[in-house]
Amino acid sequence: MATFFNTILVGISSGSIYALMSLSLVLVWRSTRVVNFAAAGQAVLSTYLGYEAMSRLHNYWLSLPIAVIAGALISALVESCVMRPLAKRSKGTAVESIAPVIATLGILGLIRGVAGLIWGNTFLQYTSPLSSKGFTIGHTTIPFSPLNAAIVIGAAIVLAIFAAIFRFTRLGLALRAASFQPEISRLSGIRVDQIRTIGWAFAGAAGALAGALVTPTAYLSPNSLDLLLVSGFVAAVIGGLESLIGAVVGGLVLGVGFAFILQYIGTQVTFSAAFIILIIVLFIRPQGIFGRGGSREA
Amino acid sequence: MKRNGPATRFLISLGIGAILLFASGHVDELRAYQGAQVAIYAIAIASIVLLTGFSGQISLGHGALMAVGGYAAVIAQIHWHLPYPLTFLIGGLAGALAGYVLGIAAARLRGPYLAGTTLALAVGLPSLANQFHILGGEQGLPFDVGTAPNWIGKEFTQYRWFFWVAVTAALAIFWLLRNLLSTRYGRRWRAVRSNPTAAALAGIDIAKAKVLAFTLSSAVAGLSGALFAMLLGLVAPLAFTLILSFTLVTGAVLAGVSNLGGSIVGALVLVAIPELSNVVATHLGGSDRVTANLPGVVTSVLLIVTVLLAPNGPKIPRRRK
Amino acid sequence: MTLIVDHLHVQHGAITAIEDLSFTIEPGELVTIIGSNGAGKTTLLRALSGLIPTASGSASWNGQSILGRRAEDLVRHGIVHVSEGKAVIPELTVAENLELGGIWRKDKADIALATSEVLELFPRLGERMKQGADTLSGGERQMLAIGRAMIARPELLLLDEPSLGLAPLIIEQIFSAIDALRERHGLTVVLVEQNAISALGIADRGIIINLGKFVTSGSSASLLSDPTLRAAYLGF
Repeated sequence: MATFFNTILVGISSGSIYALMSLSLVLVWRSTRVVNFAAAGQAVLSTYLGYEAMSRLHNYWLSLPIAVIAGALISALVESCVMRPLAKRSKGTAVESIAPVIATLGILGLIRGVAGLIWGNTFLQYTSPLSSKGFTIGHTTIPFSPLNAAIVIGAAIVLAIFAAIFRFTRLGLALRAASFQPEISRLSGIRVDQIRTIGWAFAGAAGALAGALVTPTAYLSPNSLDLLLVSGFVAAVIGGLESLIGAVVGGLVLGVGFAFILQYIGTQVTFSAAFIILIIVLFIRPQGIFGRGGSREA
Repeated sequence: MKRNGPATRFLISLGIGAILLFASGHVDELRAYQGAQVAIYAIAIASIVLLTGFSGQISLGHGALMAVGGYAAVIAQIHWHLPYPLTFLIGGLAGALAGYVLGIAAARLRGPYLAGTTLALAVGLPSLANQFHILGGEQGLPFDVGTAPNWIGKEFTQYRWFFWVAVTAALAIFWLLRNLLSTRYGRRWRAVRSNPTAAALAGIDIAKAKVLAFTLSSAVAGLSGALFAMLLGLVAPLAFTLILSFTLVTGAVLAGVSNLGGSIVGALVLVAIPELSNVVATHLGGSDRVTANLPGVVTSVLLIVTVLLAPNGPKIPRRRK
Repeated sequence: MTLIVDHLHVQHGAITAIEDLSFTIEPGELVTIIGSNGAGKTTLLRALSGLIPTASGSASWNGQSILGRRAEDLVRHGIVHVSEGKAVIPELTVAENLELGGIWRKDKADIALATSEVLELFPRLGERMKQGADTLSGGERQMLAIGRAMIARPELLLLDEPSLGLAPLIIEQIFSAIDALRERHGLTVVLVEQNAISALGIADRGIIINLGKFVTSGSSASLLSDPTLRAAYLGF
């Protein structure tokens, strides 16, 4: 019984990270109908910048917002300099849905290469002042540490902020309107291009937070978030690419699912498990838990 | 391009092969190795061109399919002691099988969903090898195709031999694909790619066409994987990373995603970039960091620029009757 | 507050959608643009509101050129286009759709005033504020679209076939609402319609175009009383 609950705790912690990455992907999908495969790369770069801040300022809590802001800026840059012109140029052509995929792949490769050039391919340590030793309750130590708590709390705060923005502010309304009906939005005076960039900026911030929170538990290198990219995508599909709530739920479901697989089957299967879970979801309920229905057409 | 029949193409291939064989005796080992690399990449990229350029489906996981082919070939040699040409075919068949299964799933997916699924495959499949002892775990399995047969001559070095094997395979595959694409299958795929609704109305079974394209593409990828294993001398999970899958897609886009002949250009570019980057890096001081990362940066920039400036690829697919 | 269109030419790929079209609309006029399907009426509105590019010619509102500007910028100059097909966002609520009207504006008091005017005119919207816009009937959606447009405080209102697919009673309601709005706010209205009779009923003038070209224009009375025109373009 204890193992069961422990597994769930572990799952919630990792699930929060997946939820953030998945949120990043869904934000981009909702605003521009593109899956940003470079999301993990952007997150890594932001984390490197947070790492730099950390090395200079010796303050993890300061480095976090720096990483997040960096993530937002990087993402905004990518959208306005690459994705927007690309969308205009490929509109109506046969490669309209493939071109953005290729572009984001190129950006992913570029970021990795640049990160490698600047910081090298060795593993760096991004230390957090929080302990990764589990809390002790009575005589038992549960696999849930202050670090994990920070992850869950951090993710929850960000999600709450996003939810509030989307629900209660003009900006949120504009973001939603522009993602549903760009033309009507334009005719209502919404600057759709800029709104899309803001959507990407939010996505970049979410991804950066995921990176900055999770990296202290492992190491930092140009490729360190690969599994996160796949997991984020799978989580987004589970929740339904259309829904922000779905992104979060999907992340948590995946996190707990992985935790159970890890606990009861073994570490090696994790990568393959992601693939299998994805296939199962796409076959059983392609629109995800919160999706609206219809086939998985782009 | 003139309308060539299969026979003409065969003669052309023969001619090209003869020229290459002759040329290979006059270059050093490194070039022979790179030549083999180009040939193998060309085959792999051709598999992407077939899939994306002709039937409009995207795959970020062809590296994994190469792995399937490579592992199948190696296992066939180790456990069944098959001669290596047959192992290559086994690699292709294994790829086809994997592609068939994947293709059935893929036919229901489009755009980003297909991309994401194949991405998950690319990350997930090679690490399966770590699970099963028969697949050699992290160190992988060795693949030894031996040296050139005696009747060719003593001066035929190992890499020159690899080059020749790879080129023969490449010529054969390209000949097959070119012919295939001018049959009604090729036309069907093109119809499915440009306008699925119209194609369906015309009576083309879209799902079937897509699955067929995926199966074939994976067969070619599997074959290239077996050849890749030959060149490396082994198969291991680390040989088939996500980067490999991305590299293949990059090569296809650089060459013009619907252009079969462009696969060779794409392969040349892909092999040339690390080479040129090394030259640049040495001039800049030659640190490990630069040599390891500069090729990736250059390739990525090329990819982004290409897709921005010419989303359809540099060459416009020629209209065929 | 005058709309001047001069030798306007719009291409749609290889097809000439609008050819050498010129007309002037005086401030406060309600002019209806009529013509059969494919005549280029929708294209004209889309060109004027900045959604599509034009090939040549000019168009100006208030002495300022409006061609080549973006739609979202023109809204800020008082040009509001209600596109065809009940231009509401079904995924949002009625209240949120109305909010879109004032989303770019800063004067919150005026937005509130405009919103209450709209709700007075279309009480059915007021009953359904929290409902999703996808639950509205066709007529209610059209009211919502027009209401949203009014909250943007337009000076030039472009309406694309507001009567499409609606029952005659509703059409009457909507048209009289348009007329009332025009009176109250001194709007200039360009009304594109296939339902020529109803449109000419509230319009001061009508402009007939066919195959992208200007055919004729005249007061509603004169157009309605000309039998040849009626037969050829007005369908009765």
